[in-house]
This record gives sequence, C-alpha cells and structure tokens, in this order.
Amino acid sequence: MANKKKRKTVEYDRWGWFFVAPFFIIFLIFQLWPLLYTFGLAFCESWTDAMFNLEIGPTFYGAKGENIFSNFPAIFVGDSGKLFDTYTFKAIGNTIIMWVANFIPQILLALLLAVWFTDTRVKMKAQGAYKMLVFMPNIMMAATISVLFYKLFDYPNGPINQILTSWGILDDPYRFLNTKTATRGIIAFINFWMWYGNTMIVLCAGILGISPSLFEAARVDGASSGQIFRSVTLPLLRPIMVFTLVNSAIGGLQMFDIPKLLTTSGYGDPDYTTRTITMYIRDLAFTGSKQLGKAAAASLVLFAITLIISLTLFYFMRDKDAIKERKMLKAARKGGWA
Amino acid sequence: MSTANAPAKAAKEESMSGNILAAKIFRNFICVFLCFLNIFPFWAMIVNSTRSSVMIQQSFSLIPSHYFMENFQKLLAQANENVSLWRYMGNSLIIAVSATVLSVYFSTMTAYGVVVYKFRGVTLVWAFIMGIMMIPTQVSTIGFFKFVFNIGMGNTYWPLIIPAIAAPATVFFMRQYMQSALPLEIVDAARVDGSNEFRTFNTIAVPMMKPAVATQCIFAFIGSWNNFYTPSMILTGQKLYTLPMFVQLMRGERFRSDYGIIYAGLVITIVPIMIVYLILSKYIIAGVALGGVKE
Repeated sequence: MANKKKRKTVEYDRWGWFFVAPFFIIFLIFQLWPLLYTFGLAFCESWTDAMFNLEIGPTFYGAKGENIFSNFPAIFVGDSGKLFDTYTFKAIGNTIIMWVANFIPQILLALLLAVWFTDTRVKMKAQGAYKMLVFMPNIMMAATISVLFYKLFDYPNGPINQILTSWGILDDPYRFLNTKTATRGIIAFINFWMWYGNTMIVLCAGILGISPSLFEAARVDGASSGQIFRSVTLPLLRPIMVFTLVNSAIGGLQMFDIPKLLTTSGYGDPDYTTRTITMYIRDLAFTGSKQLGKAAAASLVLFAITLIISLTLFYFMRDKDAIKERKMLKAARKGGWA
Repeated sequence: MSTANAPAKAAKEESMSGNILAAKIFRNFICVFLCFLNIFPFWAMIVNSTRSSVMIQQSFSLIPSHYFMENFQKLLAQANENVSLWRYMGNSLIIAVSATVLSVYFSTMTAYGVVVYKFRGVTLVWAFIMGIMMIPTQVSTIGFFKFVFNIGMGNTYWPLIIPAIAAPATVFFMRQYMQSALPLEIVDAARVDGSNEFRTFNTIAVPMMKPAVATQCIFAFIGSWNNFYTPSMILTGQKLYTLPMFVQLMRGERFRSDYGIIYAGLVITIVPIMIVYLILSKYIIAGVALGGVKE
C-alpha cells in the first residue's frame, strides 16, 4: 500500500514537465536561439551592397581563413586610432549619461515621496490621488510621449517656447532640439518623468514591508525622524533599492523609443549626441549597407555590459540577509538607542 | 531625569504639532506641484488638439477651443490616404489581446508546474527562469530579426505574439501569488476525485488565481500595446502597422504642415489608455507595489 502510494506521487510529479514545457520550448526558439544566432553573426561577414542590392554573407570569417574577430576592431578602435573612440562607445556613453541624469533625481525624489507617504506622524490625505497622477505617465505609450515632447519643445512655435517668450524668460525662441545638452536633458527628463512614480510605489511597498515594531522601538527610544530614516529605513530598504537600480540600469541601456522619436531625423540629433546603443545597433543593421555582422558584434558588447550589471545584482543579493543583519547591528550600535 | 524634562517635553510636543502642520502644508504643496507637472503635457496636448493650426502657432493657451472634430476629420482624411487610422488601432488590438492571453495563460501554467510538482530539476528550472529574467530582448535583436525572416515570419504578427508565451517576469509574479493563494490540498482533493492534471489546472487553479491573472493581464496588455521596438523591426507592410508606428508616421512630412492634426492624432493614441487607467489605476498601482518587492 505504502509502496503504491509512493509510486503514484512520483507519477504526478512528472506532470510538472508538461506544465513548464511550453515556456521552455518558446524560450529556446524565440529567445535563446536568436541570442546564439546573434553571437554567431558577430563572427560572420554579413552586409548588403547597397549599390547592387546584393546580400553578402553571412559567412563565418574562420571558414575563409580570415581573422574571426574581424567585426570587432571597428567597434573598439576608432579611425583616429584611439581605443573606444568609436560610434559604438560614443553611443554607450550617450546612453549612460542620459540614464544617470534621469536616475539620480528619480531615486531621490521617489525616496522622498515614499518616506512622506508612509510617515505615520505627518499623515498625508489624498494619497491615492497623488499616487494615481504621479504614476500615470508610466503606462502611456512612450512613442506618443516622445512625439508629444517633440511638439512641446518645437521651434519656434512650440508651447514651451511660447510660454518662455511670453513670460519674458527667453527673448527669442530657443532651438532646444538642436542643442546637445538640451536634447539630452529632455530625454533624461522624459525618462525621469515616466519612471519616478513607479519607483516611488515600489519603495513605498518596501517601507510598508518593514516591521512597524522597528519604527516604534526607535521612536520610543527617542530617535529623530532623520535618525530613523538613516538607521532603520535606508538599511532595510537597501535590497529593494539595489534591485531598482539594476532594473533601471538594464532598462536604461536599452533606451530606444524616446530618443528615436524625439529628434528631428530620428538618428540622434544633434550630431549623433543622443543616439543610444540600441539605436546605433539598429542603424548599423537596417540602414545603409546593413552591416548585420558589425551590429551583432556591437550587441555582444551591450550583452557583456548587461551581464556585468546583472552579476553585480546577484553579488549584492547573495549575501542579502548577512548584509541586512550586519547593517542592523551596526545601525543599532551607531544610533545608540538600541 | 524624565521628571526634570517634563515641561521641556511638553513645549517640544507643542512646537512639534506646529511642525507637523507646516510639514503637511509643504509636502502637499510639493505633491500638488508634481501632479501639475505630470498632467501639464497631457493637458497641453488635449487643449492643442481642440485648436486650429493657426491658433496653435500664434500663442499657447490652457483653455480648449472647438476645433477638435475638424482636426480629427482632417487626421482621418490624411491617414486614410494610405491606411485607415482604425486599422492601425485594430492591428494593435489583435496583437495585444493575443499576446496577453498567451502570456498570462502560459505563465500561470509554468508557475503551476513549478509550485505544485516536485519533479527532478525543479529547483534548477526555477533558478533558470530567475536567471533569464534579466536578459533584455534588445541584445538578441539582430539574431531575432534574421531568424524571423529566415523562417518566413517576417512582416507577420507571429513573432510579436508567440514569444509572449515565455515571459519570466509574469511567471515570477504568478509563482509568488500562487504560493500564498493556492493550497496544495485542493490539488490533492481534485486528484482523489479523479480530475486529470490539466483539468485541475484549468478549472480549479486558474479561477483561484483570478486577481493575479487580472493584474498581469493589464500589464501584459499595456506592454504589448505600447511596444514600438519589435513591431517597427518586423512589420514592413504599412497595412500591418501598429499604433505606435502610426505615431512615428505622424512625425513625417505629410503631417508636418498642420499642427492641430498631430495633436489630435496623439490624443487618439493616448486617451483610450488614459480612460482605462482612470478605471483600473487602483489595481495597477497595487500590482506595481506587489511586483516590485521581489524578495
């Protein structure tokens, strides 16, 4: 009897494979295989002769006896002969600049709002309405938002120029989207504007997840709001903040819709200073001589950077509990109220 | 010590309640400002869509006018020269609905497989799903593009719909929810009653997961509806274009002459989502809060 029962459970458990199978089949075909294919193409000659509309390749460089890394030198070394002085790394630089300019104010504002919304002493009414409005841009179509800002900052008749000139802040309309700093700033602002509500809600949930007794204990012991924030909230919020950071960094590296649709030509005006790495990869692959091989090699670089960031996350998350405990002990000792 | 401090403490508390009021006013002021900041672009868009091109070029106003229908008619006429505006919307709807159904159903199924069954390698399977969650689709763009066109799926909706079946983030959310909402005893009870495994899943587990399914449906739909990156690479025939691709078209020469038309077009693409958001915002925000705390 016992034997039979045991056999039956094993039988049931085998069903698990059928349930996870569709996921893995589709993953293998539509995600893993394209990824490996991209890796392969990075070592192939593959482009299109635009003049004769002739597709060349993909042929493996090794099969022709050429250096299999033929696609890579152009990615790392520029025409000037300097390392990293290439369009690829300029695009990566643009992406990072615009991501940092959006993330720092985003996390600071989100943290501030999250602390305000969860403050039990200064209770905020109408929180639901605030959250709703603050989060709203996040679910809107990035394409529409980008074109909307393109119109808002239009020269010379865009609403922003009209407002600034009528208020006397500007004497003449300003060509925002022809200026490097302004365009990058607008892209960073749109990202900030779309995402701070999301980050705020995540951080709010994180703070609400901290045991209230910790806050009470701190307050009973006479800790000020600032002390509580620094010694209780912040250390315990750390895992979530690391997660938010990495998520935002990975998402930021893939930035595409907004810079693509914000500028006049769609190729990172002015002078490619707002062209992100994903835009550049697609420019390589789908315009001009359609250099798929080179684009795949650039994708590899992007993949490597993404991987480094992900591994950093795993490093942080691995010792999560140990870090938490150490921090709490340290905070308790430092705060002097425990 | 505490007795000596009593009057000082009382004074402190009194100033504290004053502080609280001041803090409250200040904080609400900042929040109202932020709300204004978030609404302003949308409001400017809606107002300008109701004004004529000449009015828009002359000055800025926060008060709507009455040219919306005219702008909208012109927009339809301009767009319909090639492909009807409604067609773009229909295309987007077909893709988003199919992708949402597949994504949520199969993600629930995958989560069920991981939660209910203790088959060999289940921990490995789960670790794998967690691991691939962080790989962005954009890094394999080139291979995806080439593969899709090689197998003859270029310029079709299949590559936009089928990959939705493998959505690690949705699986993750479903597993979290399932662990607390689906008692395994119920699965056992169904087995005793002779229900087969897939029937148990479809008729017992899925209905019990309704709240999570609803939340993930919203997110999957919005994600697919807003997607510009993949469709703009896969779809080459204008008849198959989606709404975000139409937004890109609006920046082109044909629409540049008339300012009102573009704003009307933007309104058309954004207002449906805005209305849905106003109705469902509570669930959406709760979903974000749940999904964000990934521990």
